[in-house]
Amino acid sequence: MANMAQAVRMALHYAEKNLGVTDIFGEDVGAPLGGVFTCTQGLETTWNSPLDERGIISTAMGIALAGGRPVAEIQFCDYIYNTIDLLKLAGNTHWASNGQWNLPMVVMTPVGSGIRGSIYHSHSFDASATHIPGWKIVMPSTPRDAYGLLLSACKETNPVMFLIPKALMRVRGQELIPGEPAEDKALSKMIDAPLGDRSKWKAQWPALEDASIPLGQAKTVRVGSQVTVVSYGRTLPMCTAAAEKLAGEGLDAEVIDLRTLWPYDWAAIKASIEKTGRVLFVNEDTEVTNFGEHLVRRTVDELFFKLLAPPKLVAGKFVPGIGLADPLEAASVPQPHDIEAAIRALANTQP
Amino acid sequence: MARDAKKMSAPAKSAKAEKPAAKPFKALVTHSDELPLEKELLLSMHDTMVKARVLEERLIAMYKTGHGYFWIGGPGEEAFNVPLGLLIKKGMGPAYDYLHFHYRQSATLLAMGEEPLGALRQMKNTALDPYSGGRNFAGHFSKKEWNLVPVSSPIEVQYGMAPGTALVQKRFGGDGISIVTGGDAGTAEGDFASCLVWSSRKGQELPVLIIVTNNRWGISTPFDQVQGVEKISDRGVAFGMKTKTIDGNDPISAYLELKEAFEYVRTERKPYLVEAHVSRLYGHSSASGANFATHETDCIAQFEAKLEKAGYLTKKQAQAIRDRYTEQLAELANQVKEEPFPDGSTIWDHVFHGEPGRDPFAS
Repeated sequence: MANMAQAVRMALHYAEKNLGVTDIFGEDVGAPLGGVFTCTQGLETTWNSPLDERGIISTAMGIALAGGRPVAEIQFCDYIYNTIDLLKLAGNTHWASNGQWNLPMVVMTPVGSGIRGSIYHSHSFDASATHIPGWKIVMPSTPRDAYGLLLSACKETNPVMFLIPKALMRVRGQELIPGEPAEDKALSKMIDAPLGDRSKWKAQWPALEDASIPLGQAKTVRVGSQVTVVSYGRTLPMCTAAAEKLAGEGLDAEVIDLRTLWPYDWAAIKASIEKTGRVLFVNEDTEVTNFGEHLVRRTVDELFFKLLAPPKLVAGKFVPGIGLADPLEAASVPQPHDIEAAIRALANTQP
Repeated sequence: MARDAKKMSAPAKSAKAEKPAAKPFKALVTHSDELPLEKELLLSMHDTMVKARVLEERLIAMYKTGHGYFWIGGPGEEAFNVPLGLLIKKGMGPAYDYLHFHYRQSATLLAMGEEPLGALRQMKNTALDPYSGGRNFAGHFSKKEWNLVPVSSPIEVQYGMAPGTALVQKRFGGDGISIVTGGDAGTAEGDFASCLVWSSRKGQELPVLIIVTNNRWGISTPFDQVQGVEKISDRGVAFGMKTKTIDGNDPISAYLELKEAFEYVRTERKPYLVEAHVSRLYGHSSASGANFATHETDCIAQFEAKLEKAGYLTKKQAQAIRDRYTEQLAELANQVKEEPFPDGSTIWDHVFHGEPGRDPFAS
């Protein structure tokens, strides 16, 4: 099964061949490296940009304005913050021009902790990204979803922010991407660039399909009846694992992978909360003005009388950085035991 | 109307003057009596310059009489902006020029053939504002049919986008180029450096006409107080690009210099940096009063003297042109004052392309 980096690469290959993607670019995105996480190896429309995040975003905007379809990469989301006004501009171009101009562009960037990245390779960006209207915000938790969601992103006529949880980049999927060989090694041999001289190497792409997954649709990863757990990205598999573990104790949690943060699948969340009466939102961005806080607010606004317990949020601590040492990182972002404890506490709360 | 006409002819008498810039331009001013362009073109440029000035003064009058919340524009830059508009290859798509303008470009639009009514509507933020539907400030134009990308308030962001459109144009072929304009103060922003870097990569040079209109002010701050560079155009030299500093107060010089720059970028498919010295005749914006600056060169008065000396235009004829536009613009402004504002419910329109506008939280 493909890992997420391979899934992204295959989606981009499909998109440049079939969906009109014209430019895949950013720092070290082109040959020979093909991206620091290898997401862009072997592609035809890749190129290396100057080390200039503002230039990357604004050039992508220019390409989109002139009818191209760019996929721009910011190497780590920690370095996207100096482009925030450009992201705002991209988000308001259609609105500010009263519908004249639109920007079909994708910005992809690795996010989150889990690779011992210390202060500037561990940030999350979902809280900030969801503060910028006019963008669609996507964050997959599996290679299959990454593939399908990225295809949809590349078909969009609006700006799409594609957040890739870097801790999941090398985790193999459990579901085949249509067209990929079932054998791990076979896929690696076809599309992973070799070490050493790559000047003559060409990827051998599998016969991929348009297996896109619509933006805005959540996925119920585990059906349960007592507690709803809504998450996305890196913390999603932690939530699933916690739910499986607690099932052994007779606690039945439902786990929803939001997959798209904007527009998000409120219908799925609502239906689940109406069933369970208890909800936990989990993500690893800092907890103050966190996207999960918005979901808590909406839950209280719209579903207050359906609730059996106060909605909960487990998120990253509101500290200026994620420290390098293991205990510092573990104390800063949600850990499996935090999620288990929160689910237990919700299940044990009685109105 | 008569009062407006009088104001046009002698604005300094009734307006509070701005303090002079710390260091006026020198050496670049062209006082040649030679008129190397056709009489018809010269008179046409003069006519559009006056029309643009009258438009901006009408916008200022609207602001001062409560028919708009904020004014910003380009009175004083007509001698540069009109020739610029005349040289643009107007149309939609990469075969034509992409325009990454700042908010002092109304004269360029008029020279391209735009009707002034839209600018008045944007000033009044009416629903019929063709550029933003009442959403944006005066001078924040957007016109997709002419590749005019939305003008935005953040200074200098347009410089980062120009290489993007130019990249598509270079790949497309043809002779369409990307033109970016902004002021001298904004060149301190990193986006100006981004434009120089991205448009001049060796072997991957891009057809960008990079323009800086230098009025030596950044709102209230003199250029020399905040930047050490003598000529802004020199910054392009380090990137191996052709550069020139020109007198933007003389439409003849501006036309000829821009023509050369346009031809170079169109044919060589490489960047060219033009710095044009211009005046700022009504200050930065309405935030600084929008009063006439008596110490700055008035490019129209200077051009009219030249045309008069050549026997192309009399004072009386020049005044008649002003009076005619003053009357026309006043009538249009009166029409616009009666037009409706956009309905509040339209805020949801155009949040996303291809989707109907709706409040995502409405039940």
